Amino acid sequence: MEDDAPVIYGLEFQARALTPQTAETDAIRFLVGTQSLKYDNQIHIIDLTMNNIIIKRPLHQVGEIHISAPADRGVLACYNRTFCCVLSLDSFGALGKSSAQLFIALATSSDSKVLTCAAVWRMPKELESGSHESPDDSSSTAQTLELLCHLDNTAHGNMACVVWEPMGDGKKIISLADNHILLWDLQESSSQAVLASSASLEGKGQLKFTSGRWSPHHNCTQVATANDTTLRGWDTRSMSQIYCIENAHGQLVRDLDFNPNKQYYLASCGDDCKVKFWDTRNVTEPVKTLEEHSHWVWNVRYNHSHDQLVLTGSSDSRVILSNMVSISSEPFGHLVDDDDISDQEDHRSEEKSKEPLQDNVIATYEEHEDSVYAVDWSSADPWLFASLSYDGRLVINRVPRALKYHILL
Amino acid sequence: MAAAAAAGPSPGSGPGDSPEGPEGEAPERRRKAHGMLYYGLSEGEAAGRPAGPDPLDPTDLNGAHFDPEVYLDKLRRECPLAQLMDSETDMVRQIRALDSDMQTLVYENYNKFISATGVHALLRKLQFLFELPSRLTKCVELGAYGQAVRYQGRAQAVLQQYQHLPSFRAIQDDCQVITARLAQQLRQRFREGGSGAPEQAECVELLLALGEPAEELCEEFLAHARGRLEKELRSLEAELGPSPPAPDVLEFTDRGGSGFVGGLCQVAAAYQELFAAQGPAGAEKLAAFARELGSRYFALVERRLAQEQGGGDNSLLVRALDRFHRRLRAPGALLAAAGLADAATEIVERVARERLGHHLQGLRAAFLGCLTDVRQALAAPRVAGKEGPGLAELLANVASSILSHIKASLAAVHLFTAKEVSFSNKPYFRGEFCSQGVREGLIVGFIRSMCQTAQSFCDSPGEKGGATPPALLLLLSRLCLDYETATISYILTLTDEQFLVQDQFPVTPVSTLCAEARETARRLLTHYVKVQGLVISQMLRKSVETRDWLSTLEPRNVRAVMKRVVEDTTAIDVQVGLLYEEGVRKAQSSDSSKRTFSVYSSSRQQGRYAPSYTPSAPMDTNLLSNIQKLFSERIDVFSPVEFNKVSVLTGIIKISLKTLLECVRLRTFGRFGLQQVQVDCHFLQLYLWRFVADEELVHLLLDEVVASAALRCPDPVPMEPSVVEVICERG
Repeated sequence: MEDDAPVIYGLEFQARALTPQTAETDAIRFLVGTQSLKYDNQIHIIDLTMNNIIIKRPLHQVGEIHISAPADRGVLACYNRTFCCVLSLDSFGALGKSSAQLFIALATSSDSKVLTCAAVWRMPKELESGSHESPDDSSSTAQTLELLCHLDNTAHGNMACVVWEPMGDGKKIISLADNHILLWDLQESSSQAVLASSASLEGKGQLKFTSGRWSPHHNCTQVATANDTTLRGWDTRSMSQIYCIENAHGQLVRDLDFNPNKQYYLASCGDDCKVKFWDTRNVTEPVKTLEEHSHWVWNVRYNHSHDQLVLTGSSDSRVILSNMVSISSEPFGHLVDDDDISDQEDHRSEEKSKEPLQDNVIATYEEHEDSVYAVDWSSADPWLFASLSYDGRLVINRVPRALKYHILL
Repeated sequence: MAAAAAAGPSPGSGPGDSPEGPEGEAPERRRKAHGMLYYGLSEGEAAGRPAGPDPLDPTDLNGAHFDPEVYLDKLRRECPLAQLMDSETDMVRQIRALDSDMQTLVYENYNKFISATGVHALLRKLQFLFELPSRLTKCVELGAYGQAVRYQGRAQAVLQQYQHLPSFRAIQDDCQVITARLAQQLRQRFREGGSGAPEQAECVELLLALGEPAEELCEEFLAHARGRLEKELRSLEAELGPSPPAPDVLEFTDRGGSGFVGGLCQVAAAYQELFAAQGPAGAEKLAAFARELGSRYFALVERRLAQEQGGGDNSLLVRALDRFHRRLRAPGALLAAAGLADAATEIVERVARERLGHHLQGLRAAFLGCLTDVRQALAAPRVAGKEGPGLAELLANVASSILSHIKASLAAVHLFTAKEVSFSNKPYFRGEFCSQGVREGLIVGFIRSMCQTAQSFCDSPGEKGGATPPALLLLLSRLCLDYETATISYILTLTDEQFLVQDQFPVTPVSTLCAEARETARRLLTHYVKVQGLVISQMLRKSVETRDWLSTLEPRNVRAVMKRVVEDTTAIDVQVGLLYEEGVRKAQSSDSSKRTFSVYSSSRQQGRYAPSYTPSAPMDTNLLSNIQKLFSERIDVFSPVEFNKVSVLTGIIKISLKTLLECVRLRTFGRFGLQQVQVDCHFLQLYLWRFVADEELVHLLLDEVVASAALRCPDPVPMEPSVVEVICERG
């Protein structure tokens, strides 16, 4: 069972923003935002078709882009100018598949002072999903984005992170600005963002959020944030803290992610080169710690379907795929067929002979030559993931077939 | 009579019992035939015989109650003279006839007279029988129980045999009464128990001789012995007491040995002597008895020994154990069935094991103590101008202190195997104790625990790095490395020599232990690199994150933080140099700072910055940067360190510069901000290259920093290299 060679795509500029189009469940589609100070930045939509051809459609965009979490199909959140651009394309809710696409972009405002902002943009109509029919359009004229609204954060400081509500109608956005956590409501077809509620972090020194994720569990009422070495959980209804993991990492926490299948489990990573797995009901000790990277770990992502597959990207230029089966929702392998595999009887009989699985590193991907700042799984194909390094190299890899079949069968 | 004679003598009766023997029967009958009067037999005896016509007539010459006066009066009153004369003549004639008769009789029975002396002895025995009751009484009164029992023993059989004769029966009855009293007194004395074991044994012996039931006596004997031994145990227990200053362990085992074990020995010896007839059942009873009391004694000894566990002095303990063990070997021989000797050996073994554990604890504590000392020495405020003890000195102190502790422990446990110690030839002490106990348990165990303790500093929960002083990590790493290279094999050789390990138990080979120590040393050194790298990283990160790089002024100076970084790196270099060798560098040209500076600031820099000025070729940035990367190896930031100074410093500098790079990429720089980064990087370049193995690495990373800053700068106008140089040289 030979595995497919990785697909590599080069961008012209430095980039640190990558997201799958979350709402798109048919096409394998990633959005990448560049981060240049001197040229027009671009948002690339990368589709991977059956025969592994990448169709790129750069969208020119003012300001550098840090793509963040997806929310609504077609909605893209970018932070601009200094930082990343958060691209998010999602499908539930009002906009639907065929409607226009929106995204949020973060941008900085003035020349003398860097301020990271966020805005919601609509993607051009012709770039909607399903329009793969022109494979030679890589040279086509760049499409412009339609600005829908700004998330006005002048009073709150730099936007560090913007996340869409993982479910629901795609009308809610959480943004983290310095020490504030802000909940926005998009109104009037996303043309207006109203600050619904907010909370702020008080304490000694300058507290700054670095990262946040919106939990898909608990009816989307929980958000977890990271600031310095601390992880915090928030209830979005009351905007109050529900748990706090002090010194979750020895150094700065860079990223976190919720287990999509186990509601109390979350993973975090940081500058101590470690990836830690937490049970938020008992936060004194991590459930598990991985120490495979040799530099800061910038990204950690659970696979959306098979939560034993954990992807991490690090500034040691490596992407590591780990199999954390012992703390996954399928500790004894695949018990229930949730895929459309027909013959269940056969699989059941094989299950009995399966050994309990061991946690291990599945593969280390070395295609990058610069720091990897973003990794993510495809929203359409659970066995496919992309990683982006600073030098603008996007690499798309697949889970090794042997493991895939091991998990499926 | 003949029937009695035939039934009387039992085959077991001894020769001293001749009066009733067959050969003694004839003279007795003869004696009775020849006249009781002659021998003055008692009236009762005479009365038992068949009498004449009127035995009470005093005038009957042949009667027993003949009275010459009455007879003469009667003759004078009744007879005329002539008849008197006739009587006189007749009497004279009769006297003469009797005289001649007697003479004839003597002549005829000369031989019989001679044999009558034997009869006399016999009679004396008979007399003894008759006197027996009074003698017994007297003996009992005087307390001469032994004598009394002997008398009784001598007489009993005869009395038994002739008990149908009234006179003998009377004697026997008397004797029985007295004997019962005797037995009662003996028992009384036995029960009072005031007397020692020998007297008791005597009592039992006498009682046995008196025919008391052996089983009962055996129980009673043991019960009494138990009382006595329990008293010993109680007094021993009192010495254990919580508050009063207990006698030292040697004294304790001595007392136990002489008191309890001695007593037990006596009891056992006496028992075996007295109740030998009881056979295996009796022996088993004794064994059970000894087992039970012995186990209580052992429990006390163990409690006492447990109190010794804290003590450091093995010699006293070993001597005490030796006494204890030696003492129990004597009853061990007597009481093999009770297994006391084996149990004692087990106790000694257990104590030996505990001592090993204690010494292991001691060594661990000593090691931790050393670490505390080092921490204190490191934390002690430095008096200006006077350096505290150097790291090398501290390391030497720790190493020698641990080694001397190990040697002391070895010497202490070696006492257990000394030839003169009674238990040293037991298989445990010849084999398992040496190999599994001392070598594996104590020495290997300690070295392993030392490595573990040291490693625990690598993953302390407070990962902030504040908990363990980096110097301690460095020192421990060197210590473990020294153990790997020399100390472990030295210690193990020493151990093997002292404890001739000659059994088949597998032992940890030196190489395995060395590998573990090396791994520990490596982890510690890697951790040291991480901690020190983190310290410098934090400085650099703060310096980048807290500055407003867009509105910074034109650089005039190298920022103070860079000087601080160089100072700290130099300090680390000195610190590592105290414990680790220099290491190997890649050969470079002598004036490498100049050379690289030119490359760095002109050609390569030009190449990398070029796209910045030509907006039409944005791809070139990537192309050039990627081509350049093709020719440089990937930098593993946290890579394994080698055991030398250069490798350590390289690791620390790599971590620090990588942090700088990542932080720079997250900021936006104005023109002067970029120039400041340029100046800072050049300064670092000037001073850091000398610390690393391959200076190209420093160039690459600093290059990358400046290139990244340029990318993050909307208006990248680099500073003139000559100006940069001037600023840096100014310091």
